[in-house]
Amino acid sequence: MIGVVDLIEVLVKIGFIVVLLVGVFAPVLTWVERKQSAVMQDRIGANRADVFGFRIIGLLHAAADAIKLIFKEDFIPRGADRTLHTLAPIMALIPAILAFSVIPFGGTYTFGDREVNLVIANLDVGVLFVFAITSLATYGVFIAGWSSNNNWALLGGLRASAQMFSYEVTMGLTIIGLVMFYQSLSMVEIVAKQDIFWHWGIIWHWPAFILFLACAVAENKRIPFDAPEAESELVAGYFTEYSGLKFVMFWTAEFIEIVTISALCVVLFFGGHHIPFIADAKLIDCFSSLGANIANLVAMVIGVTVFVSKLAIIIFLQMTIRWTMPRFRYDQIMKLGWKMILPLSLIWIFVVGLGMLTNLIPRI
Amino acid sequence: MANNQKNYDFHKESHTEPLEINMGPSHPATHGTVKFYLTLDGETIKDIDVEIGYLHRAFEKECELQHWSGIFPYTDRLDYTAGVLNNVGYALAVEKLIGIETPERCKYIRVIASEMGRLSGHYTNLAACAMELGALTAFLYFVEAREYLWDLIESFCGARLTHNYIRIGGLTSDLPDEFPESTEVVFKKNEKLYDDFAKLLLKNRIFLDRMRDTGGISAELAKEWGFSGPCLRACGVPFDVRKSEPYLVYDKLDFEIPIGSTGDNFDRFLVRMDEIKQSIRIIRQCLKQIPDGPINVDDPMWRQPSKDDINSDMESMIFHFKNVIEGQKVPEGEVYHAIEACNGELGFYLVSNGSGSPVKCRVRPPSFPMTSALPIMVKGSLLADLIPTFDMINLIGGECDR
Repeated sequence: MIGVVDLIEVLVKIGFIVVLLVGVFAPVLTWVERKQSAVMQDRIGANRADVFGFRIIGLLHAAADAIKLIFKEDFIPRGADRTLHTLAPIMALIPAILAFSVIPFGGTYTFGDREVNLVIANLDVGVLFVFAITSLATYGVFIAGWSSNNNWALLGGLRASAQMFSYEVTMGLTIIGLVMFYQSLSMVEIVAKQDIFWHWGIIWHWPAFILFLACAVAENKRIPFDAPEAESELVAGYFTEYSGLKFVMFWTAEFIEIVTISALCVVLFFGGHHIPFIADAKLIDCFSSLGANIANLVAMVIGVTVFVSKLAIIIFLQMTIRWTMPRFRYDQIMKLGWKMILPLSLIWIFVVGLGMLTNLIPRI
Repeated sequence: MANNQKNYDFHKESHTEPLEINMGPSHPATHGTVKFYLTLDGETIKDIDVEIGYLHRAFEKECELQHWSGIFPYTDRLDYTAGVLNNVGYALAVEKLIGIETPERCKYIRVIASEMGRLSGHYTNLAACAMELGALTAFLYFVEAREYLWDLIESFCGARLTHNYIRIGGLTSDLPDEFPESTEVVFKKNEKLYDDFAKLLLKNRIFLDRMRDTGGISAELAKEWGFSGPCLRACGVPFDVRKSEPYLVYDKLDFEIPIGSTGDNFDRFLVRMDEIKQSIRIIRQCLKQIPDGPINVDDPMWRQPSKDDINSDMESMIFHFKNVIEGQKVPEGEVYHAIEACNGELGFYLVSNGSGSPVKCRVRPPSFPMTSALPIMVKGSLLADLIPTFDMINLIGGECDR
């Protein structure tokens, strides 16, 4: 039976994640994307939106965007399936947020006799859950393309679904080696095992990280894998016929997916909330003079901050990729996924298996 | 049933039909305004129908209503990425018809101006190609280079896009005194941007995959279709009007004609990249060799005299009055003169009946033959291949539709 305190705890965590994703990351990332691209391209970037003369280095553009898009006409083209057309952006957005429910954004901390685990749902099959949920986003994208009654949207939807299905498979395979290494599918356990710096995923599994990141960017449909929404070929791809808040949902979903993918990278490869060489227990020890509860609280804040900082670095990496590369052709994306990354990830599984069998790779 | 299995035609049996779709005229990729009527089988282009004419503004008819010297602003709008090149082409054609030769300094300045036009055109084209393949950063690097170049152009003719700089028998103005130094400063910046651009794209596997072996055409076919410029040179045909029929002072300058081998989009891209280097080289040589002297022909009948002359010299005043009211009376006859523009051979065919306006002013637009050959270049390839091919053809609506 779930107690009231448990319920409150879960609600607080959910609130934190939703506020972090929708309220902080999505708007800030639009700003980051604008400003980072501006820096890379010798421009100034968006800085015109102001309130009473205060521009705050262009941060207000996120608010301006939101206000503009909220008051836009919600356009549904003639001949479109109204129900599915409305449902599609919701189906794209929800999985993006939902996937975050099993990602631990901190460790386990004790307050009195109560253990607080900074993850919304500690599933034993967390990794599988993430992949299951993110593949649901394909439906939103495909239905958007199908229901718009627009040939460009249809082509975009087709490209998107084919691409997402293909990379779903490959992305799952790229981290099998990692799962073998940690001998767990639970995200919380994987993070707990990275308490020691030498057990971080990136150290033992850097080839898997490269493959995983490639798949993740493809799954996000961002440059260089943005064939489904290639603006020079398909106008805007599957969301050509979307405007106003529905467009915002697709937009937000894309940014939240960036955060989710980065969070997965951090949790699986970069030790989650852990600071290199400082184990959780040691960190709490440092503040033990303040009393056990406060020491735990400080460690928790530090842990979450470290997690968010790592997240920001990976997001920065993804944005840099986006502003550097040209776009793949659709058939080249397929070829890369099925003929390059998939065999390579299979080889990596084999290598890890062999390593563990011969004890060259430790069991932890 | 067994018999059916043998002759199984997937398209027939699965009751699919090709997707017919209009690409353009208002589509992000069809800049310059053109429409493709595509028949797609999945993503493969089965058939393509190119529809031009969205920027038709009756250039030839307008010219018949203008005096000879009033046509210059119209020519600016032909290839608007390199307006000054069209000025030069038209002026040379008229001068050939009249039979006058401009002073040496004027010729050098014209070469400098046309090479700057070529630079601007190539910067625009390559940048647009990079952008449409998704590389927005590379696009902005060349746009930045173009901005610096336009500052330079602005310094001698006062305009950035539609220059209206050349006149029959001369120029509107001389180069400013500090021009060689400011050019060197700009070229230093642009060479750095060029290196950045090249580094971002030329060794990028994604970019190579998109450009190589797409939109190719053989040298024979290219010649048959009337290709010229970078698209023909990419096939390995070393044809350049600047070398084959040198005009202005191109025969005194040392430059190379870059040629490709396969004729695909990547070769076209590389040829243009190399031409940027060659153009910079030409301008540097010109600035070294350029002599002092007048920039206009000393003949008030053809080149409008200076204000001082009009006020003091009887003949100048008469010709000024006559030329402004009636236009220069270009002798009867017809002439064809071609120059090497950004996209290839830009020819002006002029017919005069001795009056102040041309009877006929026909332009040979370099991108028109390439656009008409677009179907044979992309048929059977993927929809995505249409984008770089169309970019490398570099259809400029103003020039193609006139």
